[in-house]
Amino acid sequence: MTARRGSVRHDIQLSCTPETVWALVGDPARVHEWFTGIVSCTVEGDLRTVVTRSGLPMPERLLTVDPVLRRIQYRITAPMFTEHLGTLDVHTLADGTSLVVYSTDAEPAPLALVIGGAARASLANLPAALGLVGAAEGHDPKGAR
Amino acid sequence: MGRKILLVTTDQQRYDTLGCNGGSVASTPVVDALAAEGIRFERAHPQSVVCMPSRSTILTGQHPSTHGVWMNGVPLPLDAPSVAELLHTSGYRTALVGKAHFEPFLDPFFRFPENALATSGPLAPGAVHRGFEHLELATHGAIGPLHYAQWMMAEHPEALGGFYPALDGTLQVNAAGGGDTGAPQVKVNPVERGIYHTDWVADRTIGWLDSLGDDEDWFCWMSFPDPHHPWDPPESEVGRIDWREVPLPGGYPEGRAEREAILDAKPRHWRLWYDGTLVSNYEAPADWVPATLTADQIREVTARNAVECELIDEALGRVLARTAERGWADDLDVVFTTDHGELQGDFGLLFKGPYHVDALMRLPLVWRPAPSAAAAPAVVRRPVGLVDLAPTFCAIAGIDAPEWMEGRSLPVDDDDATARGFERVLTEWDSELFGTDVHLRTITRDHWVCTTYQPGTSHDGTEGELYDLDDDPLQRVNRWDDPALRPVRDDLVADLWDHQPAARRPRLVLEAPV
Repeated sequence: MTARRGSVRHDIQLSCTPETVWALVGDPARVHEWFTGIVSCTVEGDLRTVVTRSGLPMPERLLTVDPVLRRIQYRITAPMFTEHLGTLDVHTLADGTSLVVYSTDAEPAPLALVIGGAARASLANLPAALGLVGAAEGHDPKGAR
Repeated sequence: MGRKILLVTTDQQRYDTLGCNGGSVASTPVVDALAAEGIRFERAHPQSVVCMPSRSTILTGQHPSTHGVWMNGVPLPLDAPSVAELLHTSGYRTALVGKAHFEPFLDPFFRFPENALATSGPLAPGAVHRGFEHLELATHGAIGPLHYAQWMMAEHPEALGGFYPALDGTLQVNAAGGGDTGAPQVKVNPVERGIYHTDWVADRTIGWLDSLGDDEDWFCWMSFPDPHHPWDPPESEVGRIDWREVPLPGGYPEGRAEREAILDAKPRHWRLWYDGTLVSNYEAPADWVPATLTADQIREVTARNAVECELIDEALGRVLARTAERGWADDLDVVFTTDHGELQGDFGLLFKGPYHVDALMRLPLVWRPAPSAAAAPAVVRRPVGLVDLAPTFCAIAGIDAPEWMEGRSLPVDDDDATARGFERVLTEWDSELFGTDVHLRTITRDHWVCTTYQPGTSHDGTEGELYDLDDDPLQRVNRWDDPALRPVRDDLVADLWDHQPAARRPRLVLEAPV
């Protein structure tokens, strides 16, 4: 027996406020500014289409954009996915800095690794995208776990 | 002018597929001749039995624990050390043609440079990727972003459908059967031989060699994707070997009860996979149950595998002929090997996984030193590893092997091996995939293969395997729990941990299935 559905989770701590992080990651139209390998995106209502660096258009449906909870959720609706749910949460840490958690659930399972792996790299890219390079986490691409 | 280096690797090729190693199904006169003129290794092991970690070991001269590629899907960092980089900075021209696989294949975001090379064009003058100034890449099919697939899609789109789709619609390794027996990953492929990836790799290697000046030194890694599954060689060549005439491998217990008793004496993930109740990794079709494998399917897979080995041998012959035409024959070192083996019917199994037995660990390895070096032909029986290749290339090039390399230059005979302490070789496995993890550490020393298990989904950490290669060359009798051998086992395990490199920290992250 093997897993049909895969679940992957990555996170990164950032030395800035959740409001700063959310201003970037909470805007669905800015995903190409920080998600590695996405070169453009268009948003019409709850439909978002991203285009990957390989030229692949990937249609998505936005499910949650909650600035209070600081949560964004979306589904990739491309036919190769039986199911997909991406969830990004920005948490506030005790010292006022941020913890960003990106969860990817998908069927078929290998796609959870493909999308989740890109999400991890994108989390690692957040310090640079947020102008935090020079801070400790900005030097280590493996800062995302 | 120094010695030139041609590293020839195949993918997933068993030791016993070469004539010089006693194989009788495939005809491999080119490699056999290299072995007769050079050094043939009888106990060469990989440091991992899957592609990405093993290939990373070849490039870095490090064990997986050190370079950090602990599983397929974990990319080798771009700043990882590279013997190609060393050679390049020492004045060697460098190329990699064929299968690289230091970075994951499933990559719609083109996050990994190897996947974007074909569409982004050649590297800028003076630029290198992992030390290679020239790369033309291929893998097991004709669809995708790599150079061979891009060429096929542009020039021969009519042939694409003939290839077996390595992955199914759910991106799992395809379980669909074909051929005469319905064996998994088998398909009749009407592709013309001349455009199949084996000949393409040889053609593109020759093309690069032809771009070099006569007096230049060069290191070329010619990396054939075959005989890794799928087994879909050109249909025109399949008739070379009638699968009905192929003998069953010695490692295949024909009686079901005997087969299952052997599996039951091994750690439980062996039998669980055989029964189809546990697929612990991505390297075999998730929807295929090994217990359904028939003797005829093994014969057909073996025949097609052998055809692919013959095509590789002939392609290598063409490349060697070209090097001779260029006047390089006397100064050319050729190393022929593979990244890991293939179960190919042993114990009633196919493909690969966390199973540290000869089917996957005993590799073909032939080193034909440059004739100008006047090395005597030899057979080396002492254990060596793929970790020893990178220092060997340094030695050939007259470069001191750097401290980050963990291997040593290959011995030229058993006396040399003994004098330099080639006593053991280590192999490791780690996999973690959607809640299932397996962890093995293996030492091969003297005539023993000893594997110790760490806690995982199917193991509590007390399990192990111990085989006496002299008395039990097919590794049928697991003697891990034999009280009489407890001192041997304890000594081997202690020796293993004495020599096992520490795991890289922080651990690199799994970023794709493969």
